[in-house]
Amino acid sequence: MLDSRTALSALALSLVLGVSGCAVNELDREILPGTLVGTLDGAGSSAQSAAQEAWIATAQNANGGLTINYEPSGSGAGREAFLAGGVDYAGSDSALSTDELAGDFGACVEGTTGIDLPLYISPLAIIFNIDGVDRLQLDAATTAAIFRGDITRWNDPAVAALNPDAQLPAATITAVHRSDASGTTKNFTDYLAQAAPEVWQADAGDSWPYGGESAQGNSGVVNAVANGLNTIGYADASRAGDLGIAALQVGEEFVEFTPEAAAAVVERSPFEEGRAENDLAITLDRTITDPGTYPLVLVSYVIACQQYRDAETAELVRGYLSFVASPEGQAVSAEFAGSAPLSDGLAARVLDAIGSIR
Amino acid sequence: MSARSSSPASVSARDRLGDVVFRRLAIIAGVVILVALAAVAIFLIAQSIPAFLADPADLRGEPESFWHYVAPLAFGTVWAAALALLMAIPLSIGIALFISHYAPRRLAQPLGYIVDLLAAVPSVVYGLWGITVLAPSAVPLYIWLTENLGSIPLFAPPASGTGRTVLTVAIVLAVMVLPIITALCREVFVQTPVLHEEAAYALGATRWEMIRMTVFPYARSGIVSASMLGLGRALGETMAVAMVLSPSAIISLAILTPENPSTIAANIALNFPESAGLQVNALIATGLILFVITLVVNSIARAIVSRHERALESR
Repeated sequence: MLDSRTALSALALSLVLGVSGCAVNELDREILPGTLVGTLDGAGSSAQSAAQEAWIATAQNANGGLTINYEPSGSGAGREAFLAGGVDYAGSDSALSTDELAGDFGACVEGTTGIDLPLYISPLAIIFNIDGVDRLQLDAATTAAIFRGDITRWNDPAVAALNPDAQLPAATITAVHRSDASGTTKNFTDYLAQAAPEVWQADAGDSWPYGGESAQGNSGVVNAVANGLNTIGYADASRAGDLGIAALQVGEEFVEFTPEAAAAVVERSPFEEGRAENDLAITLDRTITDPGTYPLVLVSYVIACQQYRDAETAELVRGYLSFVASPEGQAVSAEFAGSAPLSDGLAARVLDAIGSIR
Repeated sequence: MSARSSSPASVSARDRLGDVVFRRLAIIAGVVILVALAAVAIFLIAQSIPAFLADPADLRGEPESFWHYVAPLAFGTVWAAALALLMAIPLSIGIALFISHYAPRRLAQPLGYIVDLLAAVPSVVYGLWGITVLAPSAVPLYIWLTENLGSIPLFAPPASGTGRTVLTVAIVLAVMVLPIITALCREVFVQTPVLHEEAAYALGATRWEMIRMTVFPYARSGIVSASMLGLGRALGETMAVAMVLSPSAIISLAILTPENPSTIAANIALNFPESAGLQVNALIATGLILFVITLVVNSIARAIVSRHERALESR
């Protein structure tokens, strides 16, 4: 009697769990019996979280037996979990460091390391909210001086020289940066450090090196810029909303941000030297002067094992990441997360690397 | 209960099953809280040792030493909480007095409920209110204060352009701790013996004099306890501070500038997700410092309360 009752309740419970598990990721699409069956766990970059959600939902719809969990706990936490073997892949705004590569990888075959796969390119935007100004043109040196606090008024000669047509007010500049450690800050400061080294003397880092006004997260900065007056800040381009986005000087021209221009700079930047063949860490060249490139981008990686301990996980990772790197996968993240799709050349190289995962 | 009080004290009653079970449960409950506290303390100490021994160059912001890293945070934590209490305590006592002694009963009860309701609002909502309503609307006031009273260190310029200052944080925190302090004060004020109050009236006291002569002396330890509970919440508040404050690694008494000392809890929340290795240890070490600060503050509060209670008894 007792046994049958226990069995019954267990059955009921599993039914409930099973049903609710399915419901989460239904996007009103037919669930197809795909070839991938199993469970993958990922964790890491919160910048990637919207893209990961969209990729996962699409991949799960295409593969009825596939379950992928991604916890956007932050790049550092994600890499740590991956190194410890707690998750199958990590999302990270920075590539594995040499220290990390020298250590152990819990999920990988002993003696092998993880590989960095650039799968998420997010353009960053310098957003502004200035009384009576719709269009703002900036170069790296002026941007650095504004965010350092060296230029304090909008009608400063340096700003005015770049914007001959704009009616710049004689108002104090409020430059807002991120108060939390973030990959967005790291890429923004990397741009300033590379493109304006004589003004921006600090190294790139995920914490802000100077003083000034700050707010939490992309949404906090956007909120502060939108609610303040004569403000400027930086955030993921997809979050800019109605705010003005500054055009950046590249070479001789001013470039408005477009996804193609952002992908172009990644395409033309070299891979970091001294890494394994399939470890595709990119050294972004922010000093680029080619027309039609937009150097203020964030590249976020998916970190996977070159060789997994078990073949099934390897197959799932290969299958999932191949989809992510494919034009369809990149279109999904562009639609739902506002990312810039990988350029064809880079996508082919990444797909090669993904194909080598065993 | 009634059986026990009617029987002579010398006869020890045989324990019934209920007594045994309840005693054990009570002991277990007491032990569990101690174990939990010890577990937290051990975790904090063990995880923070690497941060104390580390090369400070590996810490976030490359401070001169760990203490240079934690000092602005510890200062900011206490500073923001103190400012909040400075605003909240007088207001809370006023509200509690109004409810307990001034308001007509028909008004007092709903008002009490509303104050209690404030305590149920999650801190993230207060944070949202802080950044979308309070901070932007406070900017003109802040600019006026720095322009006209800027010579006072508290209001030293430049004024923040977005209003995300330590004063805004303190106001948000004050609103958050208000219901706790008010509810406790009200409970204590209501407990004032009616005989005391009537004696005061009989001596010709006005209502204000009656409150000063009977309610306040009777409730003093209660007010201190209530304030300390409020202080505990203000010290540990994370979300609202992280959302509202524009933090920097500085120690400053100016409360209207764009650069404000951050608090320990908010700093952990802001930096933990992107931290790895030693940076995590450093954050946990700041958590240990917060633990110590809270412990010290609570001990001081206990000492004040117990000394006052002794003074009352000896009277």
